[in-house]
Amino acid sequence: MFAYIVKRLLAGIVVMLLVSLSIFLLFWYGPSEPARAICDSKTSQRCTPAKLEVFTEELGYNNAWYTEFPEYVGGIFTGRDITIASQTTRCEAPCLGLSYKNGKPVWDEMKGRLPATFSVAIGGAFLYLLLGVPLGVAAARRRGTVADKSLVSSFLVLSSVPYYLFALLTFLYFSVLFEAPFIGNPGYVPFSESPVDWFGGLALAWICLGIFGCTQYTRYARGAMVEALSEDYVRTAKAKGLPQREVVYKHALRAALVPVVTIFGIDFGTLLAGTIFTEKIFDIDGIGLWALLAVGQKDLPIVQATALFAAVALILSNLLVDLLYSVLDPRVRLS
Amino acid sequence: MSDPFLVVDDLTVKFPTEDGLVNAVTELSYTVEQGKTLGIVGESGSGKSVSSMAVLGLHDARTARITGSIKVGGQEVVGLSESKLRKLRGKEVAMIFQDALAALHPFYKVGSQLTEAYLVHHPKATKREARRKAIEMLDRVGIPQPDRRVDDFPHQFSGGMRQRAMIAMGLINDPKLLIADEPTTALDVTVQAQILDLLQDLQREFNSAVIIITHDLGVIAEMADDILVMYGGRGVENGPAKEVLTRPQMPYTWGLLSSVPDVAGDTASKLIPIPGNPPSLLDPPSGCAFHPRCAHTDKVAGGLCSTQLPLLEAGPTGPGHLKRCHLTDPVTVFENEVLPVIAPELLEES
Repeated sequence: MFAYIVKRLLAGIVVMLLVSLSIFLLFWYGPSEPARAICDSKTSQRCTPAKLEVFTEELGYNNAWYTEFPEYVGGIFTGRDITIASQTTRCEAPCLGLSYKNGKPVWDEMKGRLPATFSVAIGGAFLYLLLGVPLGVAAARRRGTVADKSLVSSFLVLSSVPYYLFALLTFLYFSVLFEAPFIGNPGYVPFSESPVDWFGGLALAWICLGIFGCTQYTRYARGAMVEALSEDYVRTAKAKGLPQREVVYKHALRAALVPVVTIFGIDFGTLLAGTIFTEKIFDIDGIGLWALLAVGQKDLPIVQATALFAAVALILSNLLVDLLYSVLDPRVRLS
Repeated sequence: MSDPFLVVDDLTVKFPTEDGLVNAVTELSYTVEQGKTLGIVGESGSGKSVSSMAVLGLHDARTARITGSIKVGGQEVVGLSESKLRKLRGKEVAMIFQDALAALHPFYKVGSQLTEAYLVHHPKATKREARRKAIEMLDRVGIPQPDRRVDDFPHQFSGGMRQRAMIAMGLINDPKLLIADEPTTALDVTVQAQILDLLQDLQREFNSAVIIITHDLGVIAEMADDILVMYGGRGVENGPAKEVLTRPQMPYTWGLLSSVPDVAGDTASKLIPIPGNPPSLLDPPSGCAFHPRCAHTDKVAGGLCSTQLPLLEAGPTGPGHLKRCHLTDPVTVFENEVLPVIAPELLEES
């Protein structure tokens, strides 16, 4: 098992290197002038070709990518000095570069934004699992009844609504028309500052992610549960004389959780990597919104950092799923 | 003699499906006495498993339509409440399923699946007692080092050991009736024999009634005191094992006998498959369900086979041997027409 985790981690590191390298290469071979953004901001939009060349040289874009990339990767572990406009700034490890827009270390701003993204993602995922799995189990137990059919079909309709539209409708209904009392001003307030505002600010985003995710997880859980309930070992459990509750939750649900966990691993990684719509609509300063802004401003170090973060989030959540597997299924643990 | 422990009377099980009503079991009656073994034979879809699952009330009450009567130790099971059925399941009546790999939960240790079966019917027992009982049962069914293997998962057991563990689980509460649904189908032949021996030994020890469901007449010949042959959801022949095997009176049973390979390797004996397919349970054939595949319908006057359902009644050899067939003298037909083809050596000896 330990060897397996090490293997997965090493494979994950290779993936991260490849992801960051491919984005890195875009700076060299892409159609943009990577130093243009910083040149514009330093010269108050009067960037001349000569000045652009100075910045290009200074940022190292005239060197080969294979000398610059190791420096970038090295900076993540040891930190490095970066010179912009003849001004050298120390960028501490983990150094993800300096923002071309404001010259500050990218990691410093990322640190500030991570709690917002984690709050949105964890809260949303918690809500949709909490709603979706029990609903799916209940539907599977009543398979074929009117209740089951109407739940499944109405959720199918809900989940075919485009997410951005769904998010806007959530905003409209809960905040404007219904005025739910627990919902405060949308936005992120750190938990340490005011738990009430933290909750109130994120509530809408959670509800939106929760309901939308729940429509999918109900269907996943129902499908997995229908299959599990027809397994021979569930019949064995019933034939032993176990109460229905134990047959369903101890024997069937444990098996049904495996496919649900798999999907969740991929989902949660994606959720962390960028809840762009959610953050945009509910005005939460997280990673997704940041990445969107950075692309618009051609702030390449931030684009690079958010892409790297997305890769890390996906790899780690998949690794987490593998570990969860081995907890759920002893056959994985021992082979 | 006391009343039989299990009395199934006029049992009918139907399942509504999108294609129509499936007549899985129709007007089935049989009995099993304490200490005796009944072998139920038939093809897939003949209603063997469905009828015995009904004994445990395992069918979904919302979909299955069950009529008739099943009395277990005098208690009526049909229509019994779920809570009362639970007390019966695994305690009075235990079931061993085929394919123990699928029937044991892959995520739980063998031991905990056994203790669970024990604890649910012995709520006052401690976990330690239940564990000791589980080890004792694993030992009884011949699993080596039971105190260590009790903590293994099913996939760490061999096929034969898994089936032994299933049997141990079935017997852990000393059930009065054990239903073994194709207990050896998934095993290789040498292990089959061991499992059958084990079942026989345990039956003697516990004096329980046993139902063995199988399509393997070899298993039946070895184990059963009585035989019930099922076809298309109905009983078509029922009687003492020796009677049914040596003087079968229903052409379907002849067909089953003709389909058994002769291990002694007599080249003169032929393997004759039954032509055609099992009957549709959605739309059963008129008259005798077996008539489209029967080679002897011409011996019955007036085409009765395709128009009138024969009753399950005593044949010419005595009141204990029931057959569902219009043939008036089936024993003669069997001895003159069937036996010479499937086992000519028997005739030469006599």
